[in-house]
Amino acid sequence: MIALDRARKVFGQGRPNEFTALHETSLLIEADRMTVIRGPSGSGKTTLLSLIGCMARPTSGRIHVLGREITSLPERFLTEIRRRTFGFIFQQFHLIPGLTALENVILPAYPTGERRSVLEKRAAGLFELFDITAKSRSRVEWLSGGEAQRVTIARALINDPAVVIADEPTAHLDSKLSGEFMATMGRLRDEGRTVLIASHDPLVYDHPSVERVFHIRDGRIDGESR
Amino acid sequence: MVYILLVFLMASVMLATSAIRKEASLVLREAPEMVIQRTVAGRQDPIPLSYLDQIRDIPGVMSCEGRLWGYYYDPVVGANYTLLVPGSGEPAPGTITIGPGVARTRTSGPGDIVEFKKVAGGILELEVASILPDRSELVSSDLVLVSPEDFRAVFGSAPGLATDIVARVANPRELVTIAEKIAGRLPDTRIILRDEMLRTYDAVFSWRGGILALLLLGVMLAFVIVSWDKASGLSPEERREIGVLKAVGWETSDVILMKFWEGAVVSLSAFSLGVLLAYVHVFFFSARLFAPVLKGWAVLYPQFRLIPFVDVSQLTALFFLTVVPYAVATIVPSWRASVTDPDAVMKGLR
Repeated sequence: MIALDRARKVFGQGRPNEFTALHETSLLIEADRMTVIRGPSGSGKTTLLSLIGCMARPTSGRIHVLGREITSLPERFLTEIRRRTFGFIFQQFHLIPGLTALENVILPAYPTGERRSVLEKRAAGLFELFDITAKSRSRVEWLSGGEAQRVTIARALINDPAVVIADEPTAHLDSKLSGEFMATMGRLRDEGRTVLIASHDPLVYDHPSVERVFHIRDGRIDGESR
Repeated sequence: MVYILLVFLMASVMLATSAIRKEASLVLREAPEMVIQRTVAGRQDPIPLSYLDQIRDIPGVMSCEGRLWGYYYDPVVGANYTLLVPGSGEPAPGTITIGPGVARTRTSGPGDIVEFKKVAGGILELEVASILPDRSELVSSDLVLVSPEDFRAVFGSAPGLATDIVARVANPRELVTIAEKIAGRLPDTRIILRDEMLRTYDAVFSWRGGILALLLLGVMLAFVIVSWDKASGLSPEERREIGVLKAVGWETSDVILMKFWEGAVVSLSAFSLGVLLAYVHVFFFSARLFAPVLKGWAVLYPQFRLIPFVDVSQLTALFFLTVVPYAVATIVPSWRASVTDPDAVMKGLR
């Protein structure tokens, strides 16, 4: 379970360009469910995901992840939580060019100190699951959009996270691939993971697997559906 | 590329300078321990062979002998030769043994005639009997070995005079004492010790190496600019990379360690490649790029392959001057990028 208690995020505080990306927000995201944050571009979706995913700290307010208050934790602990608890799927995939698909997938697990052979075995299982085994040794810049998306999902799952966070995951996919992506997310939810997606794509928030939709606009949650 | 070029140039200068110094010291090891010259009004003058007895009388002097040698300017090719009467195995009158440089410059071989201008007027025609081996070309390139009779015909030196006297002593630790005794007994002489010659060679090549290093300052400056450029900012790709790594769970220390190894691998590879290229350049191609500066100007250049010799302390210094600054230059900006929140790094990249 993830809970936001009057969390607020201000960029450039005290400067002329001060901008409040997220106004005081209290929110409860239930575990083992698929939740969508729905809103137009610039509404604060990514900021909200960044705060939940321990990528940034709120300017004020508190955030609890799986029962642990994370706002006051030092960076080292935040990183540890980010690595162990969350798997991220980014809008632009954010794969590292020059590396193979396999190397990209095992990147999040490097700091854990596990042996490479163990990581490769785990990655092989994910490649098989997403039917991209043939591409595991290919450099990521040679992959198609759909393949890159699946490599990104595999990377998000390498540390077996409890929560999968996806930011505008279908922005660069056609309808067929978007449908496949949502089906995959549904499977992850069925496995017992919490899935949190930020999107303004109806193929996402109208998908039958989605259990809860929060509406966000101008940095405020202004509604909820389902 | 700039990195490899810099290491290549600096290592070439270092390897060439130290190898030439090493070569010179090896050659001079065979040189006499002491050379006695006569000076008149501060300038060198032929030395009377009657001095030999006075020197021989000094306790500790093992042997001494007069040498006949002098520089001869050949107007035909515009080169200077060193004419020398060897202590033993001198050529028969009318014949000469020439160094490889002279043979090249004059395009002469055994059986050919080389003309010399006599002091009394007229030409002395001497036949080339043989050419000195290439092995000792650093010192023998411009040599012409002649008989005493032919030497005197060219230089006009009287029979009782020599160019200088060389002496060998029984105990090298007595060298300075013996030199003082000679100077006391023969006040018109100047004594040159082998160590002084070695020091002069050392100084000459260090100075030339220094001049080259100064010329390479431009390359060093380029390297500093490259390093500074690296230290003052990361490319958007590198920032993105660090943002992604942080986002997927890398700690700041993981990123810095990775960047350090990346910088270390890049700089070590460039260093190794630069040193390897320099080694090939110096010892297989006789340091062609710098040879004119290091060897000095001459019409008659010695052609020789340097004996491979690597001064480890110099290479270590070069290592610390190049690898360490580069590695640090890669860490600083990575550290600056990695201490910020990953979302800040990612924001500008979406």
